[in-house]
Amino acid sequence: MLDRSVDPVIRVRSLGNRFGSQVVHDGLDMEVRQNEIFGVVGGSGTGKSVLLRSILGLRHPDAGTVELYGRDVETLAAADRSSLVQSYGVTFQNGALISSLTVAQNVQLPLREHYSLSENTLDELAQLNLALVGLEPEAGAKFPSQLSGGMIKRAALARALALEPKLLFLDEPTSGLDPISATAFDELLLYLHAQLRLTVVMITHDLDTLFATCTRVGVIVDKHMISDTLDGMLENPHPWIHSYFHGARARAAEKENHG
Amino acid sequence: MTVPLALEPAGMGWQLELRGDWSLAAMPQIEAQLETFPTTLRGPMLCDWSHAEAPGIAPAWALLRRLSHAGLPAAEISHSGGPPHFLELLQKLELDLLTSSGPRVAPLELEPIARLGRWSVLQGRHARGVLEFLGRIAAVIGQAFRRARALRISSLARHIYETGVTAIPIVSLIAFLISVIVAYIGAQQLSRFGADIFVVDLVTIAVLREMGVLLTAIIVAGRSGSAFAAEIGVMQLNEETDALRAMGMNPVEMLVVPRVLALIIVLPLLTVIADAMGLAGGGLLSLIDLNIPLPQFTYRLRESLSSTTFWSGLIKAPVFAALIAMVGTYRGMQVRDSARELGRLTTVAVVQSIFMVILADALFAVLFQKINF
Repeated sequence: MLDRSVDPVIRVRSLGNRFGSQVVHDGLDMEVRQNEIFGVVGGSGTGKSVLLRSILGLRHPDAGTVELYGRDVETLAAADRSSLVQSYGVTFQNGALISSLTVAQNVQLPLREHYSLSENTLDELAQLNLALVGLEPEAGAKFPSQLSGGMIKRAALARALALEPKLLFLDEPTSGLDPISATAFDELLLYLHAQLRLTVVMITHDLDTLFATCTRVGVIVDKHMISDTLDGMLENPHPWIHSYFHGARARAAEKENHG
Repeated sequence: MTVPLALEPAGMGWQLELRGDWSLAAMPQIEAQLETFPTTLRGPMLCDWSHAEAPGIAPAWALLRRLSHAGLPAAEISHSGGPPHFLELLQKLELDLLTSSGPRVAPLELEPIARLGRWSVLQGRHARGVLEFLGRIAAVIGQAFRRARALRISSLARHIYETGVTAIPIVSLIAFLISVIVAYIGAQQLSRFGADIFVVDLVTIAVLREMGVLLTAIIVAGRSGSAFAAEIGVMQLNEETDALRAMGMNPVEMLVVPRVLALIIVLPLLTVIADAMGLAGGGLLSLIDLNIPLPQFTYRLRESLSSTTFWSGLIKAPVFAALIAMVGTYRGMQVRDSARELGRLTTVAVVQSIFMVILADALFAVLFQKINF
């Protein structure tokens, strides 16, 4: 399934991030290839979200380069930047839906901004994106405050998909969901990944999600990233990785997905 | 530029050729072309994708929707020429949508009387909310007589600092400048009658009775009334107030009463400062513009004062303070659900508290007139 001949979608080279004297990343390398679901894992405070913000260009890294589709994010001209931003979708940890807009309006927001479309078409596209993530059409008229946690995650995904990105960034997509909703979200993600041929980068703490969906995993330890397949990770002797993938929760998740 | 689609009769049915750019970027053109479709189509339809470049999800979706609106059942539509990989998914979603969506219920149009009724009920609820809020504040203050901890001294001190001490520079500056302006205009008019010296009376009475306290109240409403509403509003959005309630703490006691008390303590003090700065401004202008030396200014000042001039201004300050603080905190507590509500209610808090202050000032003027204060 992986095509190793093409250039990686994301290439991060010797990334450095620090806050004052606190070094978060030091020489972090990361590569995400076409059509992967790449899970980013790490203990609390290891800078998973900082890494995501650096890749998205929301944070200027202190060292190193970030390339998306072979182009350096930092040195892009404004026009190229805009087209680059349109080529990926992002969901944030708490959904980050605009609270004063309905779900349908949230989904239409990027479409409205970048294309001049008729109201009728916008309504149909909102319907499409809600259907893609498995939300009822009635959910479109609701405000984010009226949604459950699982629906917020799905609505955020619908908004991220609105511009038909080939690349998706998900920040803890299943955190705060009950196991049934989380499993449903995993299935949705796998389904969309297969149907829309997406490349997905996902920060997650959810071992079930990790085992169920990810083709490769990058673990942030000691300010670096160690990337490998899940099977490779299970063999890894690094103490943190070992305890992460062989803890009680990990064994249960693994049994569920392999056994 | 190529037309994105061409519809031609073919045999019993139709052949639809999709051409050129079919990505999301070409959506406006595709949309316009789809509009020109016949409203009803019969017979089998063959869509040829072989000339479509970079087909996107949205245009494909729009096409499918259009075909189904034209009354073509899914079984009659076939695709050839390498349709996009997601087409099957879209067809399935389309089918789900057709089977699930019933007729939409139009929102009920309200009769004028019904609307009036709703408005009245809303206003009634609103009035009850205000009364309840006042009652809660009174209850906390009542408790404080038996349980001093209910006063939250440390939080009170913080609010006294934030609403009072940090407001001193701006209050002083504005009081000084406004009284210079009043004295200047007064001097222009009065000097025509050779009554320059009455500028002192004008400044003294205007500043002490009205302007000192009114200006201070309006500045504080803008500074602190908005801050109260926004602080408490954000806490509402973050469910912090709910967390307090769940831990058995009373948000009115923790958040509202310290702010109200702090402002009631601070506003009279700020008024005294504003009064002093106002008189200083008047004195300075008299000295420079009218050549009234300072001893003469202070002598005339004392002459123009009656026993109540200063107090009739100051006595209004705690009332204004209570109005500002309660409006601000009440509006903050009303914030629900969205960032827009927060902005709206913060604005409402400022506008309403300034309105209330001016209304109260007018009532005070009538009252003082009647009792000759």
